[in-house]
Amino acid sequence: MQTPKTIIQKIWEQHVVHQEDGKPDLLYIDLHLVHEVTSPQAFEGLRMNGRKIRRPDLTFATMDHNVPTRQRLVINDPISKKQIDALQQNCQEFGVTLADIHHPDNGIVHVIGPELGLTQPGKTIVCGDSHTSTHGAFGALAFGIGTSEVEHVLATQTLWQAPPKTLNVKVNGKLGTGVTAKDLILAIIGKFGVQFGTGYVMEYTGEAIRTLSMEERMTVCNMSIEAGARAGLITPDETTFEYLRGRRHVPQSEAFDEAVAKWRALATDTGAAYDAVVEIEAAEVEPQVTWGTNPGMCIPITAAVPNPADKEKPTERDEISRALSYMGLEAGQPISTVKIDHVFIGSCTNSRLSDLRKAAEVVRGRKVSPTVKAIVVPGSYNVKLSAEKEGLDQVFKEAGFEWREAGCSMCLAMNDDIVPAGERCASTSNRNFEGRQGNGARTHLVSPEMAAAAAVAGHFVDVRKFTAQEVG
Amino acid sequence: MEPLRTHQGLVCPLNRTNVDTDQIIPKQFLKRIERTGFGQFLFYHWRFDDNGKPRPDFPLNDSKYKNASILVAGENFGCGSSREHAPWAVQDFGFKVIIAPSYADIFKNNCVKNGILAIQVSEEHVQMILKKAESEKYTLTVNLEEQIVYDNEGFEIKFGIAPYPKQMLLNGWDEISVTLSYEEKIKQYELKPNLAN
Ligand code: SF4
Repeated sequence: MQTPKTIIQKIWEQHVVHQEDGKPDLLYIDLHLVHEVTSPQAFEGLRMNGRKIRRPDLTFATMDHNVPTRQRLVINDPISKKQIDALQQNCQEFGVTLADIHHPDNGIVHVIGPELGLTQPGKTIVCGDSHTSTHGAFGALAFGIGTSEVEHVLATQTLWQAPPKTLNVKVNGKLGTGVTAKDLILAIIGKFGVQFGTGYVMEYTGEAIRTLSMEERMTVCNMSIEAGARAGLITPDETTFEYLRGRRHVPQSEAFDEAVAKWRALATDTGAAYDAVVEIEAAEVEPQVTWGTNPGMCIPITAAVPNPADKEKPTERDEISRALSYMGLEAGQPISTVKIDHVFIGSCTNSRLSDLRKAAEVVRGRKVSPTVKAIVVPGSYNVKLSAEKEGLDQVFKEAGFEWREAGCSMCLAMNDDIVPAGERCASTSNRNFEGRQGNGARTHLVSPEMAAAAAVAGHFVDVRKFTAQEVG
Repeated sequence: MEPLRTHQGLVCPLNRTNVDTDQIIPKQFLKRIERTGFGQFLFYHWRFDDNGKPRPDFPLNDSKYKNASILVAGENFGCGSSREHAPWAVQDFGFKVIIAPSYADIFKNNCVKNGILAIQVSEEHVQMILKKAESEKYTLTVNLEEQIVYDNEGFEIKFGIAPYPKQMLLNGWDEISVTLSYEEKIKQYELKPNLAN
């Protein structure tokens, strides 16, 4: 009998082009996603060496990081414009399909890949962006690469990669009511730290993962990189196949059923061994809020900000003190007393239709606190249109939110959606690093429901109680 | 890429953990379409205050560390965004070697591609080097062939590195040319049926 294998090993073995001693494996790449910020130097490298793109048909580009979200076509910043124009020219010159800002498929790269059915189980997927791990939700091996590697994939459709170690992140039981996929992944990072996944590819398993929708699975896999793992994935199942059926780039009718049979066979075999395992009980997870300057610095909404004096290691004490001072928080302060100035609902973590629906449910019939500026930025034009069809834009606007065009926006503030220095933002994005949303800006990561509730209350509140009663 | 065999240089201490690439090179500087010129923006918001004045307490602004070429930092260096602008900035500023207890995977990879040697040693050794470098002008020598770091007072540590990145750095190879010599294999692979593509 063959040794049982994990899905990670199966995908890996199917993609090895060449193996030799003293070298990593040469791995074939099935899908290469490209955006404007990490690609110009790669195209330039090709041009300088007179090289072509080996498989333009496996390469797909979009513009997302720099694009304006107020008026879609007006790019005021000349340097942003230059970068956007460069991608347009590069795609034309090298024959790459591009969903530019005029295109109905445009959106955040990790939102549109799945939406268009480009993302499929068993594929190797790369992009010059660390949140490429998102696509792992489909049972693909998807990871972020640097610009030199972007150039390498463009020229050769391969990468030299050492086989990764495997890590089983097992989520037992069920999530409680009002607790989301975002809370789960934040709680995992909070519990095991921002580097427990370094050197590993993670597979999320367990009952709680099985019951998540595709969009929730994307939220979880998206933040694998925040745990240090380049890739995190989930074995595909009926939920995956139903999501993909009929999407533009997946095989259609009978060919789809054949594909499903192949995808099913990818599932991790019973008894397959991992290099490491961590476990968490879903029922213990509460709605989370980050208080500090990395995603591991998070606590339940019912808890208080930590005190550096409680830590033994001097490096840890320093890190907490520095974070508290940057964030303008007191040690021991209950997180629910923290007032906010901004709310951002968006980013490749939480900007899909179901995220917007859930946030809209919380704000329906309520008003954004007068002291809060709140925006909703859909992940793609398809998301925006679908949401408008359901009238979600009206719900948000009536509550006092701004309803914007699609893009990365305030997740990294490369366009003009910036949180001013010293101001505080409840954000559904994935990074709360210093200055991420603007120089001196203070970011608290939360779920869309928690962000919506905070927008109304003007401070963090437990969304589980919020729906039952009015909060002032 | 320039080969890197041995390197001797002044050490600059950066006693912080989880230094993310958003700090190494803030996003407003990612809009350039060239590979060069990022050094001036390295650790921008740590180096300069809101008025663009150098912050005197930040090590990179200390004249003691002028022309330092070895950066020593705490664990999980280079975490976060995959932006290769981070190693470009580190290199353009003048650093050739980084020493830390651990690195984020993508950052470490990006270093190799640019000829930067990211050495991993124990937390204890990093703390020793940081202490030395904080109190005096401290010079270290790195020998990649032998995989050792040493000073001229008898301190010497061995470090690990996988054979492939070691060869890449020692020879300064252009990786794409190396890979293209396997083109036949890539073609054969593409002819195989039953692929996702
Ligand atoms: S939404 Fe944020 S994290 Fe996602 S790709 Fe855009 S900038 Fe990166």
